[in-house]
Amino acid sequence: MTVAAGTDAHVVFDDVYMAFEDREVLRGLSCAFPRGKISVILGGSGSGKTTVLRLIGGLIRPHRGRIRVADRDISGLSETQLYTVREKIGMMFQGGALLDSLTVFDNLAFPLREHTTLKAAEVADEVHRVLAAVGLSNVDALLPGQLSGGMIKRAALARAILMKPEILLCDEPFSGLDPISVKRIEALLHGINRRQGITMLVSSHHIPSTMRMADHVVLLWNQRVVSGSPTALRDSADANVAEFFNEEVDASLALAETAQPHARPRQISAPLPR
Amino acid sequence: MATLVHSLGWSVLRFIDHLGKITVFAGRIGRAVLTPPPRVGPFIQELYNLGVLSLVIICVCGLAVGMVLGLQGYNTLVRFGATNSLGAVVGLSLIRELGPVLTALLATGRAGSATAAEIGTMVATEQLDGLRMMSVNPIHLVVTPKALAMIAVMPLLSALFIVCGMAGGYFVGVSLMGVDSGAYVSSLEHAVDFRDDVVGSLLKAVVFGVLVGLIATYRGYTCKPTSAGVSAATTSTVVVGSVTILIFDYFITALWGV
Repeated sequence: MTVAAGTDAHVVFDDVYMAFEDREVLRGLSCAFPRGKISVILGGSGSGKTTVLRLIGGLIRPHRGRIRVADRDISGLSETQLYTVREKIGMMFQGGALLDSLTVFDNLAFPLREHTTLKAAEVADEVHRVLAAVGLSNVDALLPGQLSGGMIKRAALARAILMKPEILLCDEPFSGLDPISVKRIEALLHGINRRQGITMLVSSHHIPSTMRMADHVVLLWNQRVVSGSPTALRDSADANVAEFFNEEVDASLALAETAQPHARPRQISAPLPR
Repeated sequence: MATLVHSLGWSVLRFIDHLGKITVFAGRIGRAVLTPPPRVGPFIQELYNLGVLSLVIICVCGLAVGMVLGLQGYNTLVRFGATNSLGAVVGLSLIRELGPVLTALLATGRAGSATAAEIGTMVATEQLDGLRMMSVNPIHLVVTPKALAMIAVMPLLSALFIVCGMAGGYFVGVSLMGVDSGAYVSSLEHAVDFRDDVVGSLLKAVVFGVLVGLIATYRGYTCKPTSAGVSAATTSTVVVGSVTILIFDYFITALWGV
């Protein structure tokens, strides 16, 4: 299947194949991600969600097919040519990928020092502005190793949006976080998208967040790709697609129940006397 | 038998493959050296990490090797009544051979393994990919300062090792065994030629610095992004680095006469 890039498509995959040694991850993937919207890439473990993001960033090359990012075919670009494309992209890695020898402040100041001629005071102002936007303060002097998981994600998000990218790639931003941190990150992403109009591509298998924040969903499932609005996929007539959504919801409900083993039985077995 | 030939063939192919890749990697480092801006800060930091933090181990080992050389040299020379040549024996052994080789082996074990582990960890935690996504070349920012620092510190550490070794030999020969101090220093002075011995020794150390720097950074940069991958990169840096140093030592000695 070949996708004709619509005028509003910011990132387009056209018949992309990707394999790691003998394991084929993407087989003829064709899909488009709309400009200025939040697209969530769903799929089970090993379905190729992270691979899609790494392909868009040019960190890995497809074995076959074309990838267009911001109207430019990046499939055949050299590493040096990719640097100009990456100036339009910010990436929030799953583990943060903050430089562990630098403080949080220096991690954020690093791209500004590398690519701008801002003075030290201006760099500090910009870093503090973005840190405040993600709800982090008084962490300037801390090393990444001294931060909690949620704080690392927010610092990584701050670094990813610092250079005002057109496209933001978020690799599993909710993994390993408690429900409050999940909602906080979700609200941050949503707010940034609505305020700045950044095209966001979020890889996730967190169905509740997807239903709340996504404008567009791409589901990678058994080497197939299905895309559409979150509600359209949830209510899909395709049994496999619906099953994926429902299984994920069931799993999260089951998890919530096992987390509070005494709550329901007590309510049921010991009704209040009249 | 067929399996043996098969695995031998694979090993040879893998070796050639690595040789090609490490040559390309060296080319990328060379190009990064010429690309502005110069990474002075990281380079100085690496001089500290690789050089200053290796001082103690180099001094202690140099002193110990010199003392052993003094003792063994004295016990051998005394049979021929030539103990006055102890300074020359200790000095030449250290300058021409033991200084650069043992320093390189020690640096491989301490600084080389640390370099491979650090870069490997950055690979495993996607820090290098993070740099690439910020349009920063990790070879330029991370790898090149480490490789250059290794080249810079190796002759300095080797010189320090030699000086400590000579002091150890002097201590054992003169203070413990009773060799005349004037004879010790005089024989050393007459035997050592600055151009042939000292400059050659320093050049040998520079070559070892290139090898250790290249192997350590290459192994770290190309390691698998797992904890086992980092561990394997560290181990192979020490093993491959040590073997390469000893093999190159033979060829440098045979071809340059150092």
